[in-house]
Amino acid sequence: MQYDEIMNKKNIIMKKSLGIDYDKYKISSIAFNYEEMMADTGYSLEDIKNIQKETAVGNTPLVELKHLTELVRKISSPGKGARIFLKDESANPSGSFKDRRASLSIHQAKSKGYKGVMAATSGNYGAAVASQAAKKGLDCIIIQEAFDSKGIAQPEITEKARACEAYGAEVLRCSVGPELFFLFLKILDETNFFNASLYTPYSILGIETLGAEIADDLYTKEGRFPDVVVITHAGGGNVTGTARGLLKRNADKTKIIGASVDLAGLHMASDTDFNRKSFTTGHTGFGIPFAVWPDRADVVYNAARPLRYLEEYVTVTQGEVFYMTQALAELEGMERGPAGNTSLTAAFALARQMDQQEIILVQETEYTGAGKHPTAQLNLAKKMGIKIKRGNPQDNIPGKQIVFPEHPSQIKAEPVDLEKLRLSYFKKVAKNISKSEDLTNADFSFLSKDTRLDKIKVKEIMDAVLKE
Amino acid sequence: MDTASHIKAGAWVEIYKIILQPHERTAKIPKDTKNIPFEIKARGFLLNDAYMDDEVEIRSLTGRILSGRLITANPGYQHSFGAPIEELLNVGNELKKILADN
Repeated sequence: MQYDEIMNKKNIIMKKSLGIDYDKYKISSIAFNYEEMMADTGYSLEDIKNIQKETAVGNTPLVELKHLTELVRKISSPGKGARIFLKDESANPSGSFKDRRASLSIHQAKSKGYKGVMAATSGNYGAAVASQAAKKGLDCIIIQEAFDSKGIAQPEITEKARACEAYGAEVLRCSVGPELFFLFLKILDETNFFNASLYTPYSILGIETLGAEIADDLYTKEGRFPDVVVITHAGGGNVTGTARGLLKRNADKTKIIGASVDLAGLHMASDTDFNRKSFTTGHTGFGIPFAVWPDRADVVYNAARPLRYLEEYVTVTQGEVFYMTQALAELEGMERGPAGNTSLTAAFALARQMDQQEIILVQETEYTGAGKHPTAQLNLAKKMGIKIKRGNPQDNIPGKQIVFPEHPSQIKAEPVDLEKLRLSYFKKVAKNISKSEDLTNADFSFLSKDTRLDKIKVKEIMDAVLKE
Repeated sequence: MDTASHIKAGAWVEIYKIILQPHERTAKIPKDTKNIPFEIKARGFLLNDAYMDDEVEIRSLTGRILSGRLITANPGYQHSFGAPIEELLNVGNELKKILADN
């Protein structure tokens, strides 16, 4: 069958379409040399800044959200309420931080002589790849999961398709399901285009400039690094790249917190649930699976490895994010998001627990437009029979009921237990071995770095998991 | 949509194609998805004169020749903002009131 035939050719197609020989980094069935894979691209942070400058990517404004900070202080204990800063990434050419992610891939594709680039994405990344490809004179194909079996298109994804076509890209709109990846590989194989995957070293290195910029911007303004950076977490690239960039600027005391919209109960590959999510990204449907098993991605070794960098991970509800999107527009005069406002919503709740002299920084925004707006998502939700009301956001039920807070003090950043996510990660690892004696010292080093745990703890958990 | 209408070669159109029938789909998906085909829609320039619902070929924006059933001539973008959401209309004023209170 053609499906299996193409899927079995995955590694060959990857090698041809990326120019990366992943076998080179393999240490064992468990471990691979992550930093060597990143370094072998040959691009330094300064190189990447210069490449991005050529296509007007980066150097976006850092904005202090004074009214939202004031609001936090009104509803917090005396002395509490950190200052909130926002990196306005919507100022990038295609309207999101994804331009950083696309820029290095497209630069690489051009310099290696590829005629075109291709990416599987329903999000802002498609517009970013299409825009960067247009700037470099390359052909571009974007493949999207776009509509359900009734033919109902998700409005935010339709807007991305429109943007891609505006930049001259070919867009393939697919129904729901992971077989999109089969079609992606098949077309890559036929066209010999470059694979501008979200999960290659190029993609992640492109985001490192964002981490470095927020460190530099805040240092210039305030003479210090942020205490906390909140990052909307989905596939893990945003967390990984931003954290690595901060570390390259020696901002190692800055706490990295990931935030996702809670979509518990909805299945990501379900046709029925597809138009009941009200969010196309930044949600737990990507955030959790990609944290516990990064190598599920469309490359051999995923360069986005969120458990390496996440110090805390929190969720917020759909209703809270829509409410905060409205607050950002009306109190700060910035119409952004909605999905990108996930980290802002979490930051608003987290700032209440922090001291007033502390700084919490939200590291991205995205453009707003037709389809890509709370009203578009909420009108679709109503059409799908989802109830919309004011009330306690804890009563929000993904796919059934969206609840906007009645008061900003109801907004909570709900902690996700990272220990549980690590346990799931180790259970995946355990499927490849029978006893922990099979693990070498190199494996333990890799697992330790991949989960932010020391080797003794890794051994303890692996022993326990393998006994089960 | 006028299914009888004649579309001229060179027109910008949308086609539809089933890529995988239900039995050809991966096993690792929920039942509701497994029971339906995996479909795509693609846009491009019609290669030859045709009628709606004909099996046709198009040239995509990257110059690829794709085949499928002709479903739309001059396909547009139907997404919008829609009506305002009543439940969000008061949020701004409520928050400004909190800011104004001492």
